[in-house]
Amino acid sequence: MRTTVPMENTVLHIADVDKRFGGLHALSDIDLDVKEGTTHAIIGPNGAGKSTLLNVCIGRLAPDSGAVVFDGKTITGKRPYEINQMGIARVFQTAEIFPDLTLLQNTMIPAFAKRDGAFRLNAWPMVSRQREIQEEAEHWLQDVGLIEYKDRLASSLSRGDKRRLELAMGLVQHPRLLLLDEPTAGMSRHDTNATIDLLMKIKERGMTKVIIEHDMHVVFSLADRITVLAQGRIIADGKPEDVKGNPVVQEAYLGGTH
Amino acid sequence: MDAFIIQLLNGLDKGGAYALIALGLTLVFGTLGVVNFAHGALFMLGAFVAVAVRRILQLETVTVDPDRLTPWGSPMEIRTPLVQAWLGDFGEVLLQYSVPLSILVAIPFMLAVGLAMERGLIRFFYRRTHAEQILVTFGLAIVLQEIIKAFFGANPIPVSAPEALAGSANVGAWLGLESGVYYPWWRLVYLAFSILMAGLVIAFLQFTTWGMVVRAGMQDRQTVGFLGINIQRRFTVVFGIAAAIAGIAGAMYTPIVPANYHMGMDFLVLSFVVVVVGGMGSVAGAVLAGFLLGVLQSFVSMNEVKDLVPGIDQVIIYLVAVVVLLVRPRGLMGRRGVMEN
Amino acid sequence: MQMTTLRQDFLFLALFAIAVLTMPIWLDPLGANYPDLLQKFAIYGIFAIGFNILFGLTGYLSFGHAAFLGVGSYAAVWAFKLFSMNVVPALLLAMIVAGLFSAAIGYICLRRAGIYFSILTLAFAQMSYNLAYSVLTPITNGETGLQLSLQDARILDRTFGIDATGGIPFPNFFGLTMGGYGGFYFCAVLLIVCFFIALRIDRSPFGMMLRAIKSNQNRMAYTGFNTRPYAMTAFIISGMYAGLAGALLAATDPLAGAERMQWTASGEVVLMTILGGAGTLVGPIVGAGVIKYFENIFSAYNEGRLHAIFSFLPDGLENFFVTVTTPFVGEGWHLTLGIAFMLVVIFLPGGLMEGVRRIRSLFSRRKSKPEQAELAPAE
Repeated sequence: MRTTVPMENTVLHIADVDKRFGGLHALSDIDLDVKEGTTHAIIGPNGAGKSTLLNVCIGRLAPDSGAVVFDGKTITGKRPYEINQMGIARVFQTAEIFPDLTLLQNTMIPAFAKRDGAFRLNAWPMVSRQREIQEEAEHWLQDVGLIEYKDRLASSLSRGDKRRLELAMGLVQHPRLLLLDEPTAGMSRHDTNATIDLLMKIKERGMTKVIIEHDMHVVFSLADRITVLAQGRIIADGKPEDVKGNPVVQEAYLGGTH
Repeated sequence: MDAFIIQLLNGLDKGGAYALIALGLTLVFGTLGVVNFAHGALFMLGAFVAVAVRRILQLETVTVDPDRLTPWGSPMEIRTPLVQAWLGDFGEVLLQYSVPLSILVAIPFMLAVGLAMERGLIRFFYRRTHAEQILVTFGLAIVLQEIIKAFFGANPIPVSAPEALAGSANVGAWLGLESGVYYPWWRLVYLAFSILMAGLVIAFLQFTTWGMVVRAGMQDRQTVGFLGINIQRRFTVVFGIAAAIAGIAGAMYTPIVPANYHMGMDFLVLSFVVVVVGGMGSVAGAVLAGFLLGVLQSFVSMNEVKDLVPGIDQVIIYLVAVVVLLVRPRGLMGRRGVMEN
Repeated sequence: MQMTTLRQDFLFLALFAIAVLTMPIWLDPLGANYPDLLQKFAIYGIFAIGFNILFGLTGYLSFGHAAFLGVGSYAAVWAFKLFSMNVVPALLLAMIVAGLFSAAIGYICLRRAGIYFSILTLAFAQMSYNLAYSVLTPITNGETGLQLSLQDARILDRTFGIDATGGIPFPNFFGLTMGGYGGFYFCAVLLIVCFFIALRIDRSPFGMMLRAIKSNQNRMAYTGFNTRPYAMTAFIISGMYAGLAGALLAATDPLAGAERMQWTASGEVVLMTILGGAGTLVGPIVGAGVIKYFENIFSAYNEGRLHAIFSFLPDGLENFFVTVTTPFVGEGWHLTLGIAFMLVVIFLPGGLMEGVRRIRSLFSRRKSKPEQAELAPAE
C-alpha cells in the first residue's frame, strides 16, 4: 500500500537506550534503526533484553536514558494509547485479547481506534450499522483463518488461536509499524507455517515489522535484517546471511540455533 | 493542654478499635487475597458475645418472700442471679467482670465462626474477582446482622464495665499536671488492650516460625507451597485469628458504645479506609494508620478546628483516604507493586 | 452483546414498553398493584439501568451511587420550592446537578480502578452523607429532611398565576398530579425512555468500548484508546440516571432526606443489579422490581398472616412452619434478601437473567441435536 516510499526511510530509530532494573543492566546503549517496509528480527538468548526493548518501544517501560524516535517524533514518555495512535501496534507474547467479547468484536475494536481516534462519543449509531468496520474486521479474520468462529467468545479459543486473533487485531489497524513479540510461540508447526505465510503476504504490502522470535525457522523465513541481542547489548546486526555465519552469535547461543 | 490530652486519649481509643478491625482485614487480604466486607459483622458478633455472656450470668432465680410486701401489697419477689446463688461472692465478681470474662468465650467462639466462614464460603471465592468477593461478603454481613437483630432486637444494648473500672482516672496527676484531667478507666483499659493485641499479633507474625511462614506465604505463596508446607491451612487459621481479634475487640468495646446490630457496618467502612491508608496487606501499616486516623479525627472534632473549617470532623478520614489513594496508592507501609494501580 | 438488527431491537423495546405499561394489570394477582409500589418499580428501575451502565458494562463497581440519588432528590425539592411545582424544571435541574456532581467525583475516583475505585466512591458518598447531616443543613435541612412549605417562592408558578390556595400543592406534570397512577405512568414512560437510551448505548460502538474496558482495560490502551474519558462518560451518564431517579422519588413524595445517600443505600442498587444480572439490559430492572416487591410484600407479613397461610396444615405443623418462617418476613425481610443475594452471587453470578437463559437453553437443547447446542472449543 505504501510502495512509493523509498526503502531507506528510517521508521523507528532507537537512540542509545539504557535501562536498568536494580543491579541488572537490561539494556545498554541500544542503537538501532528500523527501515521502512522491512521485517526486522530481534533475536537473542533468554534474558537478552528483547522484551524489555519492545516494552520501551510501546511505552510500557520508560528508558533510563536515550530515546525512541518514530517517524521523526520522539515517543519516549508518551502514553501507550498515544503511541498506538501514531501508528505502532503490538502483538503480545501472552495473548492480550478481550476474552468476554466475540472474535468479531475483538477485531472491530482496533479498527474503531484507527478510524475514530483515542476517544469519540459514538453512543447512538449501532455497531451493526458500521458496515465498513465490520467488513474490514471480517477480512482479517478470514486471513488469519478464524472467520468461521467470528461469533464465538474469544475466551473459548485455544492458545494458538488467541495469538492468531491478536495478529488480526494488530493488522486491522494498518499500523505503520507492527511489533510482534514471538508471534508463533505456542502454535503447532502447521499453525506456525500458516502464520509465516500470512506475514509474508502482508510483507508484500509494505508494512514495517519488528519481530522478536525464538524460532529460527520463522526468523530466517521472514527477516530482511536481524539484530542479535545478548545480555542487553547488540552483538550483531545485519542481513540474515551475515548473521547466520557470525561466530560471535553462534557463541552467544552456545553453538546452537534451535 | 487538658483538652489536648483528652482528645489524644479519645483518638487513641477510637484508633484502637479501628486498628484491631483493620488489622484483621488486612491480614485476610494479604494472605487469602480476599476483600472481606463481613469483617465488621465479626466485630459486631463479638460485641454480642459479651451481651450474651452477660445475659447468661444474669439468669435469675425468683423467690417470693411472703413476709415482705411491696408497696402495692403483693408479696415481694427477690431476684438472685444464679451464679451468685451457687458461688456466692465469687459469683458476684464473675457478674461484675462479665466483659473481660466474655473474652474467654469470644476467642473460641469467634475462631470457630471464622474457620467455618472460611471453609464454608470464603475459600470458594479465592479466584473470583474482588467485586464478587465484596458482594458475597456484603450479603453475609447482612445475614449476620439480621440474625443478631432477630435474637437481640434492634435497640442498642448497654453492657456495663466492672464497677471498679467504672469511674475515671486522674490522668493529669500521672503526668504531674496541676489541674486534674479525668478519663474513664475502662477507656484506658481498652486502649492498653488494643495496643497489647496489636503488639501480640505483630510479634507473633514477626518472631514465631509459624508467623514467619505465613509472612513468607504472603510474599510468595507458590514457593512456600513448593517447600512442602500446607500454606493454605495456615491461611485458614489466619482467617480464624482475624475473626477472633475482631470479636474480642467488639466484646471489649461494649462498655464504651452499647452493642447494636449495625455497628459492624458502621465500623467496616472506616476500617477499610484505615486499611487503604495503611497499605493493603500491611499489618503494621493498618495499626499505625488506625491510631493515626483515630487521633486525627479526634483533634479535628475540637471546636477550635471546627470553627475554622466547618464540617471537617465529618469528612477528615475520608479526605485522608482520598489523598493517600491518589498520591500514594500503596498506602503508608504497603509493599511496592501491591495493588498500585 | 450479540449483534442484533434494528428490527429485533424495536420489537424488544415494544415488548418492554408493553410489559411496563401493563404492570397494573399483571401485577394485580401478585398483590403489587398499588401506585406507590408501582412508582418505586419504575424509579428504582431507572436507577438500576444507570448503575448498570457503569458497573455492568464498564466494570467499575461504585459503592457510592446513592449520593447521586440523594443529590437529585435535594435538587428536585429545591426546584419545587424555588421555581415551580411542575416536575419538568425539577427533573432537569436534578439531572444537571447530579451530572456535575458525578463529573467532579468521577474525575477523582476514576484515577484508580478495581477495589480502590470502590473505596474512593464509598468515601465520597460517606462524605456527602455526613455533610448533608451536619454543615450543609441550610441546604438539606439535616435530619428533618428537606420539605415543601406554603411560604416557598415558586417563582414560575406565581408569575403564571398558578397559586397555591389551601395547602401545599403537589408536584404535577402540566396538571397531571404525580400521586397515584398518574405518577406511575409518568415514571413508567421515563423508564421506557431511559431503557431505550441504554439500549442504544449498549448497541453502539461506545457501548462496545465500555465492554472492552471491562474485559481488558490494559489492552484498550495498547489498542489506541484513551480509556479515561470513556469511563468518565459512563460514570456521568449513570450519575445522571441516578439523579433522575432521585428527582422522581422527590416528585412522587416531595421530601428529601440524607438517609437516601447512606452507603447501605448504595449497596442496595448493587444488590438489584447483581440479583437481576449485571451487564444485561433487562436484568437490573428485574432485580430492582424483585427487591422492591419483596421489601413491600414480605415486610408487610406478620405472624397472623403466616398462620392464615399455613392454616391448611395440622396445628402442630402449622405452628412449626410459622415459627420457622417468621424471622424471614416482616422486620426480618432483609435476612431473606441477604440469603437470596448470597445464593445468587455463589451459584448464579450472572443473576436471574442467567438463570432464565440456563433454563431456556436446557429446553432448547432437549429439542435440538446435541452437536448444535454445544460449541466445542477450537483446540
